[in-house]
Amino acid sequence: MRLTLVGVSHRQAPVELRERVAVDAAGATALARELADGCEAVVLSTCNRTELYLASDGPSDHLDERASGTLLALAGDDGAALAPVLYRLGDDSAALHLFRVAAGLDSLVPGEGEILGQVRDAFEGGSTGPLLDRLFRQALHAGRRARVETAIGESPASVPAAAAALAQQVFGDLGGRRILLVGAGKMSELTARNLRSRGAVIEAVANRTEAHGEELATRVESRAVGLEEIPALLATADVVVTSTSAPGFVIDPATAEAALRGRRGRPLLFVDLAVPRDVDPALATIDGCFVYDVDDLEAVVEAARRPQGRGGSRRATRRRRGRALPRVAGLAGSRPRDRLASRPRGGDPQR
Amino acid sequence: MAELLVWPALLAYGEAAVAYAGSLRGTGASARLGIWGVRIGWLAQTALLVAQALDSDGFPWGTWAGALNLFVWLVVGAYLIWGCTPRYRLLGLAVMPLAVALLVAAWAGGGTGVSSNDTAGWLLALHVGLMLAGFAGLTLAAGLAGLYLWQERRLKQRDTGVLRLRLPPLDSLDRLSARTALISLGVLSAGIVVGLGSFDQGDFDVPMAVTLAIWALYTVGLLLRREKSLRGRRFALLLLAGFALVAIVLPLTHFAS
Repeated sequence: MRLTLVGVSHRQAPVELRERVAVDAAGATALARELADGCEAVVLSTCNRTELYLASDGPSDHLDERASGTLLALAGDDGAALAPVLYRLGDDSAALHLFRVAAGLDSLVPGEGEILGQVRDAFEGGSTGPLLDRLFRQALHAGRRARVETAIGESPASVPAAAAALAQQVFGDLGGRRILLVGAGKMSELTARNLRSRGAVIEAVANRTEAHGEELATRVESRAVGLEEIPALLATADVVVTSTSAPGFVIDPATAEAALRGRRGRPLLFVDLAVPRDVDPALATIDGCFVYDVDDLEAVVEAARRPQGRGGSRRATRRRRGRALPRVAGLAGSRPRDRLASRPRGGDPQR
Repeated sequence: MAELLVWPALLAYGEAAVAYAGSLRGTGASARLGIWGVRIGWLAQTALLVAQALDSDGFPWGTWAGALNLFVWLVVGAYLIWGCTPRYRLLGLAVMPLAVALLVAAWAGGGTGVSSNDTAGWLLALHVGLMLAGFAGLTLAAGLAGLYLWQERRLKQRDTGVLRLRLPPLDSLDRLSARTALISLGVLSAGIVVGLGSFDQGDFDVPMAVTLAIWALYTVGLLLRREKSLRGRRFALLLLAGFALVAIVLPLTHFAS
């Protein structure tokens, strides 16, 4: 059996490119079925990456071509820009990469917990056979152990925390500030919880599917509304967190400008966690509107985590990393860096 | 002898200005050094002003240089109210270099020395004190407005360092600058009313006209804020425009007379 991985991630590709090949959960399941013609296939698509895992008894070149062709077709006109940033890994390197992803080592914020659930969803929606089934089960197990047995999950910085900190940079005390959730994704729920812990109130959860919206609304003590109510809610909300799987923009400048007229000069912060993006970036040009997408937030998190000067924070980071990495490497029973370096067949996703 | 106190004040203010500039790159240690510089400098300048008051027969800050000395003390004193809190320390980046420059100008003009032949009455002293306090407050409001525009620019441009070098929140800066302008306008109004007590027909001159223009601009701005929700960037720009007038009227008031 040969294993092939072809993918694109935040390490090489900006959000503008990643959103072209991003698919939602249903799309990933359908794509995996489509690819699983004579082989096993799993499609992992998150805000940060879209990766196709294929396994079969045949030659790996054939799998490589099929996976690359699928991603380039998804990118459409941007295929030429996508081709140089695609990475290709095979067999041990591909398996090890999946272990790194599940453990959160390949995330921009190392150890973030969201990725483990996303890997599980991809596995459950995939067309697996003897190899991918065992591989994904082991990767999920290793990912769980990495979080339980090492300090990697202790990172104070995360995208939801950064979103909440940004809201505080705009509004100061978040007590009583109104939050509008658009979409019922896990990231928006995490962000909502972070904002609530700082005193904000979730005014409404606007979602296309009413049942999903109701579920999240119950969990965050709010109410569910339809997407058509967004323009009216924008007039009173202070922070809008979006995470729908809509293919186009859900909030455009005309909608925002109409809402701002009734806001008496109060600023409005958009936190766009969706890929493809829900908020038109042109909104940032409107006076009083601040727009952050997932790439912006991750860049903010990375900058905030970077040690300052030559002081104690750099030493502390080194100490934390030193504690976590050997244990994670030990879980795989080998030295990840050496093995990954041994067989790269395309762009290096660990770069 | 008392006039030597200007040197520790100048040195401490200068150290604070350098430390605040350094705090943009380093950790909190530079900012802490900065605030201690402000505190020590302000205490030294207070001692200088007290010595001037004790050695003088009348109002010792009647000259333009003396008024500048008092003005710097008021600006730094007002800054100390918020500057002690970590979030507003960076306002010192705007305030302290200005304080150093103005104190050097006051020293060069002889405003930090002692003159025993001043005979200005208490009414003029009150008028000048209130006017300078009002202008000092408006200077501080302009500093807060400048900080607002900087923070807004960082957020608009999605500066990755926005959580690394944390400025006060936009909303707080907006409210604080408006409140500072409102209080300063009240003090300025009181100064104008006191000045009217010794006003003679024919005394109306350019500095008075510019002072009234400043008063009108801030009054209209604050009314628009209350009635028409003039906030954020536009209100900050109005405060800076007002400060430009303050920067004109102060030299006019003293050089023209």
